[in-house]
Amino acid sequence: MPNFNKLKNISGNTSIVGVAESDQIGKVPEKSPLALHAEAASNALNDAGLKFSDVDGLFTAGWSTLDVAEYLGIQPRFTDSTSVGGSSFVIHIAHAIAAISAGYCEVALITHGQSGRSDRAPLSRHEGIPMIQYEYPYGIIGPPSSYSLACSRYMHLYGEDKTREAMANIAVSTRKWANLNPKAYFYNKEMTLDDYHDSRWVSWPFHLLDCCLVTDAGAAIVITTKDRAKDLRKKSVNILGIGEGHDHSMISQMPDLTKAFGTKTGPQAIKMSGINLEDIDLAMVYDSFTFTVLVSLENIGFCNPGEGPEFLLEKTISPGGNFPLNTNGGGLSYTHPGMYGIFTIVEAVRQLRNEAQDRQIDNCNIALAHGTGGLLSSTATVILGT
Amino acid sequence: MSNKPKPISQPESDKYWNGLKNNEIWIQKCKTTNNYQFYPRAHCINCTKNDIEWVKVNGEATLFSFAIVFLAPIPEFAEDVPYINALIKLKEGPIIPTNLVNINPDPEKIKIGMKLKPVFEKIDETLTLLKFEPSKQTAN
Repeated sequence: MPNFNKLKNISGNTSIVGVAESDQIGKVPEKSPLALHAEAASNALNDAGLKFSDVDGLFTAGWSTLDVAEYLGIQPRFTDSTSVGGSSFVIHIAHAIAAISAGYCEVALITHGQSGRSDRAPLSRHEGIPMIQYEYPYGIIGPPSSYSLACSRYMHLYGEDKTREAMANIAVSTRKWANLNPKAYFYNKEMTLDDYHDSRWVSWPFHLLDCCLVTDAGAAIVITTKDRAKDLRKKSVNILGIGEGHDHSMISQMPDLTKAFGTKTGPQAIKMSGINLEDIDLAMVYDSFTFTVLVSLENIGFCNPGEGPEFLLEKTISPGGNFPLNTNGGGLSYTHPGMYGIFTIVEAVRQLRNEAQDRQIDNCNIALAHGTGGLLSSTATVILGT
Repeated sequence: MSNKPKPISQPESDKYWNGLKNNEIWIQKCKTTNNYQFYPRAHCINCTKNDIEWVKVNGEATLFSFAIVFLAPIPEFAEDVPYINALIKLKEGPIIPTNLVNINPDPEKIKIGMKLKPVFEKIDETLTLLKFEPSKQTAN
């Protein structure tokens, strides 16, 4: 079990000093996934005022760090290819602060690059794994199939109508944030509640507009010690608390379809950081589907199980509201190359630095980012502060 | 010939897939904890021992959750949409991923908790899939 005495000793000792996307995100068929890694890494290091030669820890998912380091031309002294879906890059932050605190490295680079829309060489897996053996033959394949099975059970337990209303609200509100972000895939396209309800079924109970985008994109994060951060280019953002873990791989093995591992990682991150949920100014919650946000808010502890829809009626999550949520436009309307988690961090840091331009929220001092990966399988929650 | 994904049975799951070819459902039971488990493993996930026996069950089950696929996840399933994905709960406890068949793909008609019975769908000489349909008491 986590040792909070030790965790509190490293709370706030490391800082995020650089964040960036690749030059273009969205439809980028002219660049390979590794090129997107490299471009984002270069941009994030430039954001920090650091060089590739400063990097001594490398973290990535979906690829081996062997291939990414070789492509970048660096020789890391700490290496971590933990790949547990879209939450991986948030999990890498936990591993980076552990590695930095223990002395294995001083400048950690987390990279992501994925061409979900345009890839010429899809990734493959061992076909004997239980997911492929037991679910694929029935057509239970991919995230919409699996997440819709969880959502259907949630609706059965807590009520279909109020759940549907909450999901529609998340879709429309997230789009309003995207309409403020020039980098968002749907920057120029508005969405009404009618658009949501009229969109075609993908996997009932999911409409098309319950589902995230499929794009090409890269992003990167640079982390170092709080001391070293003082001399770098931008205002540093401190890592106050974090939790990671997973409890299944395929959806039929999920212990409780309405409680993902955020029930563990949310409280852990909060406790390690020493803050309260009420102190959070911004929530960046991985939105592979509208339902993912709903269940994650409950899991983290913002409200009780089954009360997410009531919570969302009490709060206003759209621009100008009292609970800013997914201010970049999210995986639903900004970008989602397949493993989106790193983009929750990029946006949280920009808001905390007051760099979010038209979508900047007032007095952003503490942000929560929450990644979900696989098929509601893995989560990571991080608390960031200025 | 169907080009749908076929299971590549592993040593610990041969008994399960071979059983289905004979229209039989075999699942694992731990002799130490009496816990039933799906999918087959080399050990009991409750007690971690490998004191496991195989038992034949009759497939009585209830619907635990379902979803109706309208957009095929891969082209090989395009001819099947809309089809019903389901998680069913065997009366012995384990949850199994499957399809619900012989019922309209209509969320108003399908009730979580409804009673189900097995349907053995022979794909070819090498593979039979285990699907489920409403048992007579709840068929509509």
